Amino acid sequence: MARISASVYTSHVPAIGAALDLGKSGEPYWQPVFKGYEPSKEWMRTHTPDVVFLVYNDHATAFSLDLIPTFAIGCAAEFQPADEGWGPRPVPVVKGHPELAAHIAQSVIQDDFDLTIVNKMDVDHGLTVPLSLMFGQPAAWPCPIIPFAVNVVQFPPPSGRRCFALGQAIRKAVAAFDQPLNVQIWGTGGMSHQLQGPRAGLINRDFDRDFLDRLIADPEGLSHQPHIDYVREAGSEGIELVMWLIARGAMAGNSGKDAPRVVHRFYHVPASNTAVGHLILENT
Amino acid sequence: MALDKPYKDIPGTTIFDAEQSRLGYHLNQFCMSLMTAENRARFKADERATLDAWPMSEDQKQAVMARDLNRCIALGGNIYFLAKIGATDGKSFQQMAGSMTGMSEEEYRDMMIAGGRSIAGNRVIGEDGDAQAHRQPQGRAGRTGRA
Repeated sequence: MARISASVYTSHVPAIGAALDLGKSGEPYWQPVFKGYEPSKEWMRTHTPDVVFLVYNDHATAFSLDLIPTFAIGCAAEFQPADEGWGPRPVPVVKGHPELAAHIAQSVIQDDFDLTIVNKMDVDHGLTVPLSLMFGQPAAWPCPIIPFAVNVVQFPPPSGRRCFALGQAIRKAVAAFDQPLNVQIWGTGGMSHQLQGPRAGLINRDFDRDFLDRLIADPEGLSHQPHIDYVREAGSEGIELVMWLIARGAMAGNSGKDAPRVVHRFYHVPASNTAVGHLILENT
Repeated sequence: MALDKPYKDIPGTTIFDAEQSRLGYHLNQFCMSLMTAENRARFKADERATLDAWPMSEDQKQAVMARDLNRCIALGGNIYFLAKIGATDGKSFQQMAGSMTGMSEEEYRDMMIAGGRSIAGNRVIGEDGDAQAHRQPQGRAGRTGRA
């Protein structure tokens, strides 16, 4: 049987990808960011999974305003890095896991989560920056990746409750897959940031710290936090953080004695306009 | 009964909801068209003619040509779509975001390095934070303008 062994949470700031791609990661501005991911890459070397289920949001790349799926699961065999306007990132093609993706889709739809199934889609920085942060710059990504896109562009995104419950349904689906796969689930986006209007540049360290604390220790309680708290306190784009609740919902223990183990926690301001948050949790 | 939209009282912030999305549909779809090198080149060669091929309002076209991102957002634009214009101009997300505050590029960058904009006074319209309407534009431009 397949199992979810760990979850990874990280911001997916496009400038981080640009810094890597342009060879700027050693510059003083970027050094602290990449230093925070060194322990993660070290951990990943001994914990490379068979599949990553990667929760992210598309940034007006694969989905224009013609089609705005709330939850979209990538079931294709491969996904090309997108041209977001600066040209495609020079990163490897993303290989999918169509068999597991289709299995998860069938299972969670039967559990009342009405996913959109996507068999052709390019993937943007929301998906590729986390891969770069965790795997570095290899010639090929070390495992298949199932892209799972969540609408956080047009308000309202799904609620924290819905995301957390979806994570639980994904966990159940993975456990019912009849191959002995080690699966990680990643939640990406955030942390506090606002990219628009006179309030652009908003950072709220207290909110971010509290979010990380509660994500670890009280995710169920955190899932009740309403949208307005995210947009008011963490910025109009800070609402991406609801996606972390999908990954957290898919972990075994939600509190108490079976709570997951914190492998690594990191926070840094700024990366471009954004607070970078990062967490690795392992099921015990 | 009307829908509850509690996000309408956040200063300096426009939430891209279904109403804004409807207003900005063609503006945002125009931006999407800039995702190919060919269309970027066509736009740069003749902005007006390119925009005239889209059923956008004259206000929207003027806002695009002026690169007035705050105006674009007021007219239904969304930053992730508008970013395609910035990319066409060779601008980073930080340059685009900063342009909406009135600060110079350097001032905005320095604010971010110093920890970003504080939430204090910027939660609700009517407080006295730096994102409030009565404190625009920010940075040197504002100090000169209000002197």
